[in-house]
Amino acid sequence: MNNFDMTGKTFAPSRRGVLKGAAAIGAAGLILPHTTASAAAQTRGGTFRIGIGHGSTTDSLDPGLWEHLYVQTFGSARHNYLIEVGADGQLVPEIAESWSSSDGQTWVFPIRQGVSFHSGKAVTAADVVASINHHRGDDSTSVVKPLLAAITDVRADGNNVVITLEAPNGDLPYLMTDYHVPVLPSADGKVDADTTDGCGGYIVESYEHGVQATLNRNPNYWKSDRAWFDRIELVSILDPAARLNALITGEVDLIDQVDPATIGMLESRGVARILSIPGNAHYGFPMDSRQAPYSDNNVRLALKYALDRQAMVDVILGGHGAVANDNPIGPANRYFHAEMEAKTYDPDKARYYLQQAGLSSLDVTISVADAAFSGAVDAGAMFSETARAAGINMTVDRVPNDGYWSNVWMNPNGNTAFCATYWGGRAVEDHMFTTAYAAGADWNESFWSNDRFNELLVTARSEVSEELRREMYHEMQQLVSFEGSTIIPMYNNYLMAVANKIATPEQISANWNFDGFRCVERWSMA
Amino acid sequence: MRIALGVGLLFIVSLVIFGATELLPGDLANELLGQSATPETLAALREQLGLNDPAPVRYWNWLTGALTGDFGVSLANGRPISELIGARLGNTVFLALYAAALSVPISLILGILAALWRNSIFDRMANAGALTAISFPEFFVAYILVLWLAQTGLFPSMVRINPTTTFGDRVYMTFLPALTLMLVVTAHMMRMTRAAIINLMASPYIEMARLKGMSPLRIVLRHALPNALAPIINVIALNLAYLITGVVVVEVVFVYPGLGQLMVDAVSNRDIAVVQAVALIFAAAYVALNLLADVLSTITNPRLMHRR
Repeated sequence: MNNFDMTGKTFAPSRRGVLKGAAAIGAAGLILPHTTASAAAQTRGGTFRIGIGHGSTTDSLDPGLWEHLYVQTFGSARHNYLIEVGADGQLVPEIAESWSSSDGQTWVFPIRQGVSFHSGKAVTAADVVASINHHRGDDSTSVVKPLLAAITDVRADGNNVVITLEAPNGDLPYLMTDYHVPVLPSADGKVDADTTDGCGGYIVESYEHGVQATLNRNPNYWKSDRAWFDRIELVSILDPAARLNALITGEVDLIDQVDPATIGMLESRGVARILSIPGNAHYGFPMDSRQAPYSDNNVRLALKYALDRQAMVDVILGGHGAVANDNPIGPANRYFHAEMEAKTYDPDKARYYLQQAGLSSLDVTISVADAAFSGAVDAGAMFSETARAAGINMTVDRVPNDGYWSNVWMNPNGNTAFCATYWGGRAVEDHMFTTAYAAGADWNESFWSNDRFNELLVTARSEVSEELRREMYHEMQQLVSFEGSTIIPMYNNYLMAVANKIATPEQISANWNFDGFRCVERWSMA
Repeated sequence: MRIALGVGLLFIVSLVIFGATELLPGDLANELLGQSATPETLAALREQLGLNDPAPVRYWNWLTGALTGDFGVSLANGRPISELIGARLGNTVFLALYAAALSVPISLILGILAALWRNSIFDRMANAGALTAISFPEFFVAYILVLWLAQTGLFPSMVRINPTTTFGDRVYMTFLPALTLMLVVTAHMMRMTRAAIINLMASPYIEMARLKGMSPLRIVLRHALPNALAPIINVIALNLAYLITGVVVVEVVFVYPGLGQLMVDAVSNRDIAVVQAVALIFAAAYVALNLLADVLSTITNPRLMHRR
């Protein structure tokens, strides 16, 4: 093991160079037994009804197009993945019984035998190959195509699936947990992306996009300690008040996106409890670093010291979150840098950096809409108020929600250099950095480019020593925080409300919302 | 003649809908491919969607398709639009008819009684109540009803219907949205009924009937109401059209899967094909209901029926 050379270091960072670099192969050590101690207390039966604030008639069954909580939860109810992210953030084998690689470049995933799709067809290595290939190739429309671009070959070798990469990457198993890549049934090397068939814990009974879906327990499910409910019903309820009403009147058992202002009222009803799960999701304000005045790091630092992060957490998140230090890597990540010097609201320091930039005052415009995140407009107004004390005149430009991501975000017209954004957080540091901070990345919303950062990003993938790798990721976080062009004031918790008749495990995953979308199979009736 | 006018109007509306969507920047292929668009894929997709044909040809293809119920496929998920619309159209019509079945008799009765007992306490109360209900925004009325009737467990706070729901369940589950809509539209119809009847009460033939010694109720029902039907029918048609086309807020509050929500989804996703189809259906409903109102008011008026 680990007998690979270090050529990864010489790779120049490139656009979509997602998986380049060599790997630290610690993954095999992460395999955990599937059963957990708390399982004994769980009971079978009941119907679990979930009201979700997403869903549209234009949703698709094709996993390559999934993007919101409704389709994500619907997907994980009926599908399994090669690997699952456990509630504690560790990898848990699912359809892959284990994984190993001798050089970080060629990965072998033995496929679990005896698992079948709802149709009765056995899950084979060929199905897994076709499921991954669905996201690769020229005619693929999948949104994770860039993420899997470093895969050069996927093939079945008996009961094993062998994945070959362009260059070693120790984080490949993490990529196989991505919610876009479930195992689908295949025929002739192609998956039918629009099928409802899967090998997950629940069989689809009916669905209507943007309205509802009903699923019944898969009697042949291979996991004995999962999928406790007899039936799952998903309902799309876009209106926050309607969602809350549905929970209070007992129409649904779980809702997402609870408005912090209504939590007190909800709790006083005594029918439901709030789950506030800290994760890596964060809200931020990217600045186009190509454009003056944001091209000057002193100006960026001045702005970073000109907002009151704690007040934003208290007001915008209603306390359901944590202060972030302009760091997209969250406390739930492995290599989170907790000891970094914290930036507090300091108008004098902000003034100092303005002077360093040769300015006595600064006029900026921030373009915000609640489409970026709920409360973005208010956050912009708070920012503008606190910035005034530092001699920064910030105009809050409220832009329409409709079209925000195409007309405002990433400054397409050159007049929205400073705006608002949100990120769902990623399970691995590399994934987050490569997606939004690597030079030239498709979603590098601040157009930031830092040579040292880009070099470290590639080197870290190939680093074997856990200690050195941690150091590299810490340095990268330091760079993003103090030289980056995105202000990240807060990590927002995943905020949901669940009826008291539903039992939830002690540890709820911070990986994604709804217990990493796995509430459908991890939770049970109380 | 009227029907020909209606068809002509629909034709013009279809031109406007098509023209308006033509004016939007970018074309369907652009919208579909979004960020990942490359010149080759754009060209291929344009060919596939028939976007290279000149506008009149595309309009003709769209129109003839729409006439046979084939609206093409949704751009967002490739499903046939008629399939997307089918169930939702049924739901929307069901809710509209339900609300109409509640509100039309109630507003007619209230209107007639209010006219009969003009300026009485009853008249004032009915007027004040109806005006209060119409003055509140729909979502407020809806939330109040949820607070009073759903949180107490009498009715469900959201509508969960699917094709297998029985008629009885449907009526029960849809009661709150129908009641909301009833409160919103009643005032309009009731006050029109009242005004039309009161207006006629000053006519000589009503005076004659009164002198003959007929009871006030009989005067109103036999003599005044038939002559007041034309404006009442028109206002009912207008409200029915509203019930079909304008209830998206109520749909959202009660999670009702109707056409309004589909339209909003389609607009925000730039699914132009769906927007066109729904807009055309709404326009057709409007024109058809107004046409029906015209025909009915002609039938109720012998002077128009037997015009020389």
